[in-house]
Amino acid sequence: MISIKNLHAKVEDKAILKGLNLEIGPGEVHAIMGPNGAGKSTLGNVLAGRDGYEVTEGSVVLNGKELLELEAEERAREGLFLAFQYPVEIPGVSNLEFLKASVDAVRAHQGKDALDSVNFLKMAREKIKSVNLDQSFLKRGVNEGFSGGEKKRNELMQMMMLEPKLCILDETDSGLDIDALQVVAQGVNAMRDPNRSFIVVTHYQRLLDYIVPDYVHVLAGGRIVKTGGKELALELEEKGYGWLENEAQ
Amino acid sequence: MADTNTGSFQSEQLARLQSVSGLQWLADINRAGAEAFAAAAWPTRKTEAWKYCSLRALNDNSHSAPAPVAAVAQNDVQQAASVAGLDAARLVLVNGQVNTALSDALALQQVTLFSQADAAQQDLILTHLGQTGHAHPSQHLFNQLNAAALNEGVLVHVGRNSRLEKPLQLVSLTTTAEQAFSVEQRVLVVLETGAELTLIEQFASLDSNSADQSFTNNLTELVIGDNARLTHYRLNLMQEAAVFVGSSQVNLKRDANYQGFHLGLGSQMTRNDILVRHTAGGSHCEMSGVYVPQGSQIIDFHTSIEHEVPHCTSNEVFRGIINDQARAAFNGRIHIHPKAQKTLAELSNKNLLLTNKAEINTKPELEIYADDVKCAHGATVAQLDDKARFYLQSRGISEQEAQVMLSFGFINELLDALPHEAIGHWLRPLLAQRFGRPQAFDEDLVETV
Repeated sequence: MISIKNLHAKVEDKAILKGLNLEIGPGEVHAIMGPNGAGKSTLGNVLAGRDGYEVTEGSVVLNGKELLELEAEERAREGLFLAFQYPVEIPGVSNLEFLKASVDAVRAHQGKDALDSVNFLKMAREKIKSVNLDQSFLKRGVNEGFSGGEKKRNELMQMMMLEPKLCILDETDSGLDIDALQVVAQGVNAMRDPNRSFIVVTHYQRLLDYIVPDYVHVLAGGRIVKTGGKELALELEEKGYGWLENEAQ
Repeated sequence: MADTNTGSFQSEQLARLQSVSGLQWLADINRAGAEAFAAAAWPTRKTEAWKYCSLRALNDNSHSAPAPVAAVAQNDVQQAASVAGLDAARLVLVNGQVNTALSDALALQQVTLFSQADAAQQDLILTHLGQTGHAHPSQHLFNQLNAAALNEGVLVHVGRNSRLEKPLQLVSLTTTAEQAFSVEQRVLVVLETGAELTLIEQFASLDSNSADQSFTNNLTELVIGDNARLTHYRLNLMQEAAVFVGSSQVNLKRDANYQGFHLGLGSQMTRNDILVRHTAGGSHCEMSGVYVPQGSQIIDFHTSIEHEVPHCTSNEVFRGIINDQARAAFNGRIHIHPKAQKTLAELSNKNLLLTNKAEINTKPELEIYADDVKCAHGATVAQLDDKARFYLQSRGISEQEAQVMLSFGFINELLDALPHEAIGHWLRPLLAQRFGRPQAFDEDLVETV
């Protein structure tokens, strides 16, 4: 699915990722944990193609395509989806209008038929219901005035509409109460599929009780310093990250 | 002050005024207007209030022909003026003349034409006409010309504690003619204590495909009585050959409420002066506006809010998007008089420039002479938000389309806030078109699926 090799990236001349390697197969769920400042969010942003994140070395191949050569929108059309840690509010652009433009662009690139307005609206209504948001959210400005939990559910809803191949959840759990967390986790679990992979970036083990990963990686100092199964998350919760950071140095 | 470059416009208009025969009871107003207009210095680039508003269009092309009387089909009016989903009483003016055949019976009942005013109505008109902006520095020579040429006008008088059952829509249409011509238009609205009105003033060209060479000179005076409420829309949708100079002057009495939306979309040159005077405590002004010039259009908004007394509030938000080599000016003045303690006043003006030839001159002017007030202002010329653009791109939307969506969203935010949803629905596709963005959905469909 995706193969990340020796990835180095910097932000404003500060090196953040320093040789990160990660291989993710189809259908797998990989959790990436780590202390603050380890580069977790940078990884998501680099993969999604955000300006200001400069890749200085390494390669990322998504389904046979060199990802780093693509524009952000091309990456999305190739099936990459980043659920933002802090989804952006865009007043004046309705959620529906935004979703339609997005779904149209992605489907066209993937050679799928465009959805007509009626079918699109049906699908949007169904998906928004499944993330427990009121239908009225479709007509509101993108994330405008949404609570933290509502924003995260809106991210999930977009993910369901776009049916990506690789989903990156960037600290989707931070700031969520247990109820909202369960809604998000159920949504993610419902999307698990032999052809779809997930990178779940989180600071807390709690999320992984609900989205059970196949692998847990610890990101520290810009590199993956340890990899294990889901039980590694519990160990981290108990022992913290300090011992690994020392180990890494 | 002598101006060596006195416009040919001015002398031509003075000649034209000779042949205008007004109403007897307005003769004093006509005379005073003509004298002031004749004496006024023609604004140049050096005249501060007209610095960014070239009047060349008026001097280059004579506008002294009489406004033609045009036959207009009902269908054409529908196309140029109807707001889908809005149940309004419509009064149609064609080249400044009220067209009764094209107007709704209800609207004709609700307004009084100056030429048909009875003695009491004449008194009412004479009490207020020309008083709303009297001696205010924003008064300019076009207001004087309007007074000089005044021979017909529209009076809307809403009595104590009453309300017009439907919004009143004043549609001013201008037509295509061989020669450029002038249209003077005057509206006086008087709301008595506790009265309510929604007024939509719409300026449009009848035929969008051939050149409308009219010059419209409008002055709308709005007297809002104690505890009365006016919701006001002023929409300029004229096509690009037209020239428009308009003033709206609002006087607010005790606890009066003015909510206004001003749209600048049309005409090659648009100048809009908006004056709001708080004359008694507890009044509130909520005003927004949008201007979207393109091509080589010039749109200039000059707003003045006068806090003359204590305990009044005003909130003003204007946004502009300037495309191509178009130019816009926004001058937002808030004047808090020495007596006007406990004033709350906010002003925001944000602009987007879509090309490097587009131009905006924005200038908030705060004059505060009272010490216990809260007053905030901001004027920005902004780029689109990078974070928002990346967010859209990360969902597969191209950079270019993201730009269009965000630009549209920037002004759509103000449309979303309009008190009459139907007007927002109606304007949205017109504005979307400006950005080359077809509307994603039929609004009706969204409701039904």
